Amino acid sequence: MSVENKVKGIIADQLEVGIDKLTLDTTFEDIDADSLDIVELVMALEEEFDLEISDQEIENIKTVGDVVRYIESKV
Amino acid sequence: MRRVVITGIGVMTPVGSDKNIFWNNLVNGKSGISNVESFDVSQYPSRIAGEIKEFDPTVCMEKREAKRVDRFTQLGVCAAMQAWHDAGLDHVQLNKEDVGVLVGSGIGGIQTTEEQLQILAEKGPRRVSPFMVPALIANMASGYISIMLGLRGPNSTVVTACASSTHAVGDAWHIIGRGDAEIMVAGGAEAAISHLAFSGFSSARALSTRNDEPERASRPFDLERDGFVIGEGSGIVILETFEHALKRGAHIYGEIVGYGMSGDAYHMTAPDPEGRGAFLCMQRALKSAGLSVEEVDYINAHGTSTEFNDKIETKAIKKLFKEHAYQLAVSSTKSMTGHLLGAAGAVELIATLLIMENGVIHPTINYDYPDPECDLDYVPNKARKNAVKFALSNSFGFGGTNATLAVKKYQS
Repeated sequence: MSVENKVKGIIADQLEVGIDKLTLDTTFEDIDADSLDIVELVMALEEEFDLEISDQEIENIKTVGDVVRYIESKV
Repeated sequence: MRRVVITGIGVMTPVGSDKNIFWNNLVNGKSGISNVESFDVSQYPSRIAGEIKEFDPTVCMEKREAKRVDRFTQLGVCAAMQAWHDAGLDHVQLNKEDVGVLVGSGIGGIQTTEEQLQILAEKGPRRVSPFMVPALIANMASGYISIMLGLRGPNSTVVTACASSTHAVGDAWHIIGRGDAEIMVAGGAEAAISHLAFSGFSSARALSTRNDEPERASRPFDLERDGFVIGEGSGIVILETFEHALKRGAHIYGEIVGYGMSGDAYHMTAPDPEGRGAFLCMQRALKSAGLSVEEVDYINAHGTSTEFNDKIETKAIKKLFKEHAYQLAVSSTKSMTGHLLGAAGAVELIATLLIMENGVIHPTINYDYPDPECDLDYVPNKARKNAVKFALSNSFGFGGTNATLAVKKYQS
């Protein structure tokens, strides 16, 4: 599975949104994710991709595409 | 004090998660106790409980919301939504700044604590959920109900072990009575059927081990009782000023007329052997209601099915009511639901309201062998037609904390 599909799957699962509603341009604001949701999402991503995401890096993540590009640059 | 009536009820219990099913099962003496299915109990001396099987929180909240909160909050929200709807408040124009919430819990989110502690041990601190703290705090049922219904009146909780929700309703009665709110959503929620709670209560030797006969395990006032049976659930009532209820033509279940509180000042878990705490809180409830002992027709007992409670509660009733103790009826809802800890008092208040409304007293089931020290009329095994005008509902908790509500049947 591509990184993009994996990321979308995790977001859909964590935030209970339909995976078909997620595009690379979807922002976390669009899907009503608050700061606690994003922390929890980051934990799930760290587990899945076996990496560590710093709090500073989290601040730069605004869209689904940001997550995908970040992960692709790390793995 | 302004007059305060009850205009809505909601229950999530092992004998029913709908007021009609709940009442039918209580009247028919049906036990809600069975083998624990939600986790592996094979290592425990007690393997039975009053579980709410197949509970689906998404009937009252979005899946995403349900995931964020502990089961006790899910149960509290579901009963609150029932009560809100039952009171007919969905379509009423309200000033929601005058509507508050006071929902108690004895323990709070213990399942969340347990789950996250395991994650901490296995995966380390970086994997502990950011939702852990908000999920486990005992006031989150009150908080979440206010969020869902948009209620900006007083918002608080009570944590007094097994007396939590009786205190919550009594304190909410005071809040409305003194003019700080027009309506209060009050009661309790508990979800402590889990490893941590079970192991603690087991070590304290508090739980019944009648594992081969779960339905017969909760047997308050019976000589063969061997401890309480833990249950989960929630009970929520809508308290409202009499004027407000009357003006909008609400159905009135009954009126809260008195509330008593006391401390045992004796022991962390054991009740005062002379029942002084239980005596005082019942006496104070009568005093605040301006009632004489002869006027009380029914007491919904704390009635836990532990030797300590049943004997001492009986002793306190006899000391306060004297000869009238043998005229009034006493029954234990816990004989059927098990002990819902911080939710017990509110569920039992609701049982008491339904008893008054129907003119039928639900029985104390599993009453087979009389205990010479428990010699009152416990309405054994079969419901009885019996008009009830004034009733008391008792709750006593660890820490020696006691609460009694006095309730009056409503007559228009």
